[in-house]
Amino acid sequence: MTEVRPPKITPRAPEDRPGRAAGTDEDLRRHIPLTHARLPRWAPALVAVLAGAASGLLALSLGWGLVAWAVVGIVLFAVALPAWSRVVENSRAAKDRLVTVLVWAAFGLALVPLVSLVWQVVSQGLPAINAEFLTYSMRNVVGEGGGIYHAIMGTLLITLMAAVISVPVGLLTAIYLVEYGQRSTMARTITFLVDVMTGIPSIVAGLFAYALFVLFFGEGVRMGLGGAVALSLLMIPVVVRSCEEMFKLVPHELREAAYALGVPKWRTIVKIVLPTAMAGIITGVTLAVARVIGETAPLLIIAGFTDSLNFNLFAERMTTLPVFIYYSYTQPGVPPEYGIERAWGAALVLIVIVMALNLLARVLGKVFAPKSGR
Amino acid sequence: MAKSIDVSDLNIYYGDFLAVEGVSMTIPARSVTALIGPSGCGKSTFLRSLNRMHEVIPGARVDGKVVIDGQELYAPEVDPVEVRRQIGMVFQRPNPFPTMSIYENVLAGSRLNAKKLKKHAADEIVEKSLRGANLWEEVKDRLDKPGAGLSGGQQQRLCIARAIAVEPQVLLMDEPCSALDPISTSAIEDLIHDLKSDYTIVIVTHNMQQAARVSEDTAFFNLAGAGKPGRLVEMNATRKIFSNPDEPSTEAYISGRFG
Ligand SMILES: Nc1ncnc2c1ncn2[C@@H]1O[C@H](COP(=O)(O)OP(=O)(O)O)[C@@H](O)[C@H]1O
Ligand SMILES: [Mg+2]
Repeated sequence: MTEVRPPKITPRAPEDRPGRAAGTDEDLRRHIPLTHARLPRWAPALVAVLAGAASGLLALSLGWGLVAWAVVGIVLFAVALPAWSRVVENSRAAKDRLVTVLVWAAFGLALVPLVSLVWQVVSQGLPAINAEFLTYSMRNVVGEGGGIYHAIMGTLLITLMAAVISVPVGLLTAIYLVEYGQRSTMARTITFLVDVMTGIPSIVAGLFAYALFVLFFGEGVRMGLGGAVALSLLMIPVVVRSCEEMFKLVPHELREAAYALGVPKWRTIVKIVLPTAMAGIITGVTLAVARVIGETAPLLIIAGFTDSLNFNLFAERMTTLPVFIYYSYTQPGVPPEYGIERAWGAALVLIVIVMALNLLARVLGKVFAPKSGR
Repeated sequence: MAKSIDVSDLNIYYGDFLAVEGVSMTIPARSVTALIGPSGCGKSTFLRSLNRMHEVIPGARVDGKVVIDGQELYAPEVDPVEVRRQIGMVFQRPNPFPTMSIYENVLAGSRLNAKKLKKHAADEIVEKSLRGANLWEEVKDRLDKPGAGLSGGQQQRLCIARAIAVEPQVLLMDEPCSALDPISTSAIEDLIHDLKSDYTIVIVTHNMQQAARVSEDTAFFNLAGAGKPGRLVEMNATRKIFSNPDEPSTEAYISGRFG
């Protein structure tokens, strides 16, 4: 490894700068130091320890809890480190330190709910997980035992069906908006309606799907397909929006390059625009799926609740994980421990499914991303 | 297979804005014609109207006549897709397809049109086009690497290879060297020189020396004033334009007194 040195800066003498009279740039030639005093590398650590200790002392003497200790410690740190830096370094460095502390504190704050949520679900849900839990339904189970196999299958089937409905519709809508509609009245109307759809409360989507299916199958209809329709109402606007953004990111030059080769517009879209945007589309679809996989309200109405396994989307009730969680928690049975434990177990499984989906999206996104490396 | 192009009374619009007005010229076959003029005078616009790329922009339209090989380009029964297959184009910024390898980029014209090619025939087209674009030696060992990984000059030559792989009759180039270093520029100028025996070439350039070096004929476009449409001021043999132009404004532009 060769050491990288900063280049030496040697100002030229005024004589060889053309077009400048000697003497006018007197101040330019003054020596400007490029270095200034720096706090040692271990300074933040030292201040952190001192701030923690000081706040700990206060906390002990006044009998505060852990949260107050952490808050006071961070405040002390955020005051002390910039102050020290202000004295030794300069005001820009002090501001830099202050903002660094604030950014890290905000980041930590944002992590608190996330980490505690995951911790809560894992610690409560993990004891419930075992082979029986994952492979049995709740049919004829009272009290201990039983499993969520039927709810896992219900979630996977209904969500898959929702994706099967909404991905083509959303993708084609986005293609129309970006490639054909441009700024026409039609396109603007559709964009507006999609925006409105984004805000539909999920319970309304469920009621709509129920009303729709009642038209065909009569009062009291319950089926998985209805749930998928309700979820796709929630999914379509997300898919449209994300695909639209992705298509807009595809440079116009690529389309023109294809046109200039005598490629018709539809082939340009299919062979150039879609593959170029594929990584983003996959991510968008996954996020849309993650958005609806935890929906409860619409499925309560149209897909219903059952203890048994049902693979048929087109007939009979079908339980999904969120609905299962809801029922297990509100009606845990006697004694209630088992039902509540199953609810946490199902919550953990749901989170794992969503995480797996996100990971899958990342992998697929990498695979499909346009390659630019040498 | 090269063809000459006759343009008469061409007006080119963006919506209501008349960008180029009343152009009439004849672009000879198997020769290089340079379009020069100050920025914004409508060179690109005019060039794009020669292969019906202009109408890709919403609201853009053209009236007047462009005749190539006895066929009127803007006749209602003409299919613009067919026109673009005959008249290739190279853009100012190199634009290889990022999802495709070098090999696939060269074949894009046929592959995107779902033309079935035997492996052997495809290899032949790729080698011939890359050799034609002076790129073969540099990339022959990495044909399966992404086209976007080449240097700017190589990418531009890849785009030229892609354009000539479909064997068009005319090749339009819009400032193909403006983003390139002098060495790549000179490689592309050599290439233009080689290609002119087979193709009718129209090139837009901001570089007077380049126009003088590569072209047989030169057309000078100018704006009558700010907000006014661009017009063709003079078209003549390059030698004449650069030594003794008919119009004083051409002389002024070439000698660098404005623009
Ligand atoms: N997409 C467009 N929409 C509207 N006006 C345009 C567009 N492209 C170019 N123009 C206008 O057309 C005129 C000619 O532009 P252009 O052909 O790009 O000039 P040049 O290539 O000679 O620099 C300019 O006034 C420019 O503002
Ligand atoms: Mg231009």
